Amino acid sequence: MHIHNYEKIWLAASVLLILLLLGSVTYGAVGPGVAMVSDSEQAIDAGGLDDDDRFSEPRVEQVGENEYEAYVVAYQFGFQPDPIVVPENSTVTFYVTSRDVIHGFEVAGTNANTMVVPGEVSKITVETDDRQEYGLICNEYCGAGHHVMEGKVNVVSQAEFDDRNDGGNGE
Amino acid sequence: MSEAIEAEQTFADKFPEEARIVRAALLGSFLALTLGAIFGIIQTLHRTGVFRGFISSTDYYTSLTAHGVFLALSFTTFFLVGLFTWAVVRSLDRPLLNTKITWTWYGLMAAGMTMTGVSILAGFVDSIDMSADVLFTFYAPLQAHPMFYAGLAVFIVGSWIAGADYFRTWLAWKRDNPDERIPLQTFMVLTTMAMWYIASSAVAASVLIFLLPWSLGLIDQVNPTLTRTLFWFFGHPVVYFWLMPAYLLWYTVLPKIAGGRLFSDPLARVVFVLFLLLSTPVGIHHQYLDPGIAEGFKFISMTNTMFLLLPSLLTAFTVVASVEYGARQRGGSGLLGWLTDLPWRKPEFTGMMLAGLMFAAGGFSGMVNAGMNINYMIHNTIWVPGHFHLTVGTAVALTFMAATYWLWPQITNKPFYSRTIGLVQVVVWFIGMALMSNAMHAQGIMGVPRRTAEPEYSGFEYATMFGGFEELNIQIAIGGTLLFVSTVLFIGNLVLTMGNPKISGLADPLPPALSGPDDSPKVLDNLRLWVGIALTLVVLAYALPLAAIISRGGLLGPGVGTYPVWLSPLVDALANAATLLSAVVDASASLAEVVR
Repeated sequence: MHIHNYEKIWLAASVLLILLLLGSVTYGAVGPGVAMVSDSEQAIDAGGLDDDDRFSEPRVEQVGENEYEAYVVAYQFGFQPDPIVVPENSTVTFYVTSRDVIHGFEVAGTNANTMVVPGEVSKITVETDDRQEYGLICNEYCGAGHHVMEGKVNVVSQAEFDDRNDGGNGE
Repeated sequence: MSEAIEAEQTFADKFPEEARIVRAALLGSFLALTLGAIFGIIQTLHRTGVFRGFISSTDYYTSLTAHGVFLALSFTTFFLVGLFTWAVVRSLDRPLLNTKITWTWYGLMAAGMTMTGVSILAGFVDSIDMSADVLFTFYAPLQAHPMFYAGLAVFIVGSWIAGADYFRTWLAWKRDNPDERIPLQTFMVLTTMAMWYIASSAVAASVLIFLLPWSLGLIDQVNPTLTRTLFWFFGHPVVYFWLMPAYLLWYTVLPKIAGGRLFSDPLARVVFVLFLLLSTPVGIHHQYLDPGIAEGFKFISMTNTMFLLLPSLLTAFTVVASVEYGARQRGGSGLLGWLTDLPWRKPEFTGMMLAGLMFAAGGFSGMVNAGMNINYMIHNTIWVPGHFHLTVGTAVALTFMAATYWLWPQITNKPFYSRTIGLVQVVVWFIGMALMSNAMHAQGIMGVPRRTAEPEYSGFEYATMFGGFEELNIQIAIGGTLLFVSTVLFIGNLVLTMGNPKISGLADPLPPALSGPDDSPKVLDNLRLWVGIALTLVVLAYALPLAAIISRGGLLGPGVGTYPVWLSPLVDALANAATLLSAVVDASASLAEVVR
């Protein structure tokens, strides 16, 4: 089989491009530590969320110094809690599940983005920056009211965060 | 009859019955295109907020389901079976074995798509308790009317029989020509259909084992991750199922139109073999953001996906080289000067070239989608429809329309009504898509979601990048309107063409490749071997993920409810189905009349 020289060069350049793309993703995972939504969480009974420790009362909890966990429930057509309030310059891990159908969880304009599947818990960890209000949207069609399904993620100062949680769950 | 006149026969002269089948398939395809375009323009104007008076925001999802199913399944697949029937018969130079079988698969596909189509469109009519607003992906636990799933199953079975028809015709040819290489076009058809059997088996299983029984109330629940994974097992290779007929045209017809011939037959075979091998074990890249699937499986899927770039990059080389060869045959010279010696006034040429150019852009946005980590930024944003309107919406759709200007006269003996309008049509499509797709990509980076009737929200505003949200909306609306105008020009031109008288002398036979099949290793034609390897790769890529998904959530789902988008009791459904079935029979009978 005759392969033209130009064709060989092109083939080599194509394979190089593919390896570079794979390399960049591998670097992203190993270097900056971009982790994928994965199967790290146990499956959950979507019909029994009211009896679940984390999701019967969707909330944000402090779990360490500057580390927080947010338990979020997506449903037709909204998110709980709403707004999700987290402190600035902290590490927040979102645990998101669905009460009914498949939803999306997207903090608009950021890479905080995951599918939300009933029976599964999506875990994503983000670093918050300075104070800002973000839109939270469902980016998977979930029924006739899909376009009204929105929430908010408010990144607030540490003081404001503490104020809000005084007398609350007091962690 | 002298030898010379013999050589100038068109496909329609040589194979009148097969030509009738190709026409019927193409007309079915263009009917779907018309419907899809109408929903397209309604959605463009609705979503961008330019005009929301056609439908309510709730009905937007009915329209979106119709747009997706009619264009992505019906338009593409009917064109494909028409083109493949032409390609097999033409390249083997023999009629189909039994056209009763051929009309059977055509009838099944038409009936299946009509059932699914009716179940979707009924969503617009409040008095009918039937709806299938589940979009093209029909993710459970959203549930459509049973007729939606049943129609899909019938449609897919029809396409399987079509594939068997091509294989049987080839086997009969092989008995008569035991030592010959498989003709290139037939080779492309057979590898594509082999890929289709592998890919569609999963969605057929999903529909027949889980979704249809569930929608009939025979089982209570399904596992949403499982049905979703089975969908994407099919959902990625299906994009290559759309693309392969366009590739067939780029490889075997475009070089001839450019004035030359295909550069390399062996490389074309290598490309189609690579698609057969790599198209399926990649579907999990649509599920990078799914919980319940391990990161390792996602990484394997990404690696396969990136290697799937290879056949497309090879195609870019071969197609451009073949076109350049054609230009040089026509007297072109210089490093780039040969570009001016191409037949840019031919709509079939310009259309296919513009389609190829947009496919290159779509390829690059696809690399972003395929990158596991940067995909986070654009997953489920309008970037994604921006991407696939470049690929299936232009590389495929514009190639099909452009090729029609060349193919239609071959299968009807009628010259096109206006080739000038044709040229305008393909250019308008290109401009419209450039605007719409560019703005969709830009909005996607801002986080604007796909699949929504109202992408503006009350609680926040999008950050401004590459122009604000509103400006980009206008760009989308203008682009979408141009695309609709282009479709109207195409369909109008075709309808006027049907009124033209038949003439002779339209034959345009295809030359063999510059580097012929004898140059290529025989092993390329060993379909059994390639199918075997393809199946092995599928098992390697999917056995563990599917086992893990089933062990996590069970075959029938972890306590997940049922969320029908239709509310009628089963009895009503069956009654409706019976009425509709008789309507379908009437409709297909009248369609058969039209075709004759």
